[in-house]
Amino acid sequence: MLAIVRKELADYFNSIRFLVLFLLVLVASGFGLYAVHQGIRASLEASKAVTESGFVFLALFTSSFQNVPSLTFSLGLIIPIVGIALGFDAINSERTGGTLSRLLSQPVYRDSVINGKFLAGLITMSLMVGTTLLLVAGYGLRMIGIPPSAEEIIRLFLYAFVTVIYGAFWMGLAMLFSVVFRRAAGSLLIPIAFFLVLYFFWVMLGMGQALAEAVAPVTGGTDIATQIQQAGLQQTIQRISPSYLFQEAYIVLLIPVWKGLGAISYSDLPYMIQNPLSLRQCLLAIWPNLVGIVSLSAICFGISYIIFMKQEVRAQ
Amino acid sequence: MTDKFAIETKDLTKNYGRVTVVDHLNFHVKENEVFGLLGPNGAGKTTTILMLLGLTEPASGTVRVYDFDSTREPLKIKRIVGYLPEEVGFYDNLTARENLRFIADLNNINVAETERRIDEVLEMVGLSEERDMETGKFSRGMRQRLGIADVLIKQPRLVILDEPTSGLDPAGINQLLDIISGLPKIGTSVLLSSHQLYQVQRVCHSVGILSRGKMVIEGDIDELGREAMAGGRYIIEVEIAEPKAELIDIIKKIKGVEKVEAEGTILKISTDSDLRSKISKAVVDNDALLVQMKVHEFTLDDIYMKYFKEG
Repeated sequence: MLAIVRKELADYFNSIRFLVLFLLVLVASGFGLYAVHQGIRASLEASKAVTESGFVFLALFTSSFQNVPSLTFSLGLIIPIVGIALGFDAINSERTGGTLSRLLSQPVYRDSVINGKFLAGLITMSLMVGTTLLLVAGYGLRMIGIPPSAEEIIRLFLYAFVTVIYGAFWMGLAMLFSVVFRRAAGSLLIPIAFFLVLYFFWVMLGMGQALAEAVAPVTGGTDIATQIQQAGLQQTIQRISPSYLFQEAYIVLLIPVWKGLGAISYSDLPYMIQNPLSLRQCLLAIWPNLVGIVSLSAICFGISYIIFMKQEVRAQ
Repeated sequence: MTDKFAIETKDLTKNYGRVTVVDHLNFHVKENEVFGLLGPNGAGKTTTILMLLGLTEPASGTVRVYDFDSTREPLKIKRIVGYLPEEVGFYDNLTARENLRFIADLNNINVAETERRIDEVLEMVGLSEERDMETGKFSRGMRQRLGIADVLIKQPRLVILDEPTSGLDPAGINQLLDIISGLPKIGTSVLLSSHQLYQVQRVCHSVGILSRGKMVIEGDIDELGREAMAGGRYIIEVEIAEPKAELIDIIKKIKGVEKVEAEGTILKISTDSDLRSKISKAVVDNDALLVQMKVHEFTLDDIYMKYFKEG
């Protein structure tokens, strides 16, 4: 399997596709830095991070400025595209190129072909995410002059991990279609359609929220318990989309003062303390999201694995 | 050639849906021979090959390749068997050498040995000059030869070639056949699938003809011809300048002659062994003028046509 990982990595790094993706990631980090440069002061003041929580360094990654999106936002948009681009022709390009039967007649288990490609994709994405974060961290450090605390570094690592796993979900989905479809066009378009629905419509245009509100309306007349229950149901519906899960996870990780997960009644609000959630509590809060994203990637990978193992190798 | 078998199948069967593609197939390939698997398109040649390699599971029956079971130990087989698919593909963005290096890497061959073997096999197939050219720029013939090099890099005990000559020009075919016929000398058995009779006849020691998933005939090419076409008899053709009727009677009396047919000046004599010397003596003793005499050789064409007329 190592041989396949080596070859795939060499392929990725030499391909034009990789160059384009890397430029995309660079542009995103440039944008992020610009947003930070312009907007970090305002956002720190808004979140009272300077005076109360002390998470100044993390604001480098989450500050936006007017229409310039924050780094986390751009990365959340780009990483699915990177995942799809790495996975959409993984198997069917081998099939149409006639290399699949040659590859499978070598002494390797059939699953190591798909495992190797998946692993190479994961490494590539980790490199991309790692580079971006380091770039922004480095320039940001020069800009604001405040070094990250130990906890902030851990949070950034966790954020990088979640982002790569999220990318792996999209890569797994694209690979699934590359096993099912013989043509690369099909296996590219369908994951992109999924991406449009699950991210663009569901999360960004608020389709998920609208649907959740229609299914489980929170009406004023009912008692508090029902209202909280309905609000919980709304959240569950929105969480169908892995993009929503990802968004929740990274917000909790990078904006510790955020108290967004779960419904809170107005009567409880005055009792809430405006202090950041500890790392432990953050992890507890996003644990279901992490499990959700990981298991979705595992399901995609598992299905493509089963189909691939049963497929005829005959080149046609 | 030894009597050990490189390939042995027993009642091998494969269905796709309700269609039986390979039907209780039994055949064997001896070590260090070139075996030709013949048959028209759709006879089940490729399916049989995929089952040999463990790339497709048989519905029933067993395959043994060098005493390994194809369904249970495919990895052990893949370690010693090289397979050249019909439509062989390479990674077009890599050079010939890089493509071979990847295959060597998959076979756990160490780096120094890999480079040595790459030079060796490329030399063997005559691609030494093009070793650093991207395979995307290769012609069909070059790709096919690189395919052979690719198969040989793991120093296999058996190579399986699926229609290796399809789409090649005559020069390319000759080049390829020369390489193939040299393989038994380096200790490699060959299974060659093809529907090109002439080529198979040129390089194969024995053949098996497949039709609708069944082996209709199997054996040495010379034996096959006689058994299939003349029920195991020799047919000797004698041309005589002015044949007389009594000559036919005299020949008929020779021991071993079964039938004599006259067609103009040519006599077709069926015998149970090679009786050319006795026949020529009879002709000369009879004062007839012998123009020529030969044993009729059956080409694979004759055999093939006979079976597919019947089929």
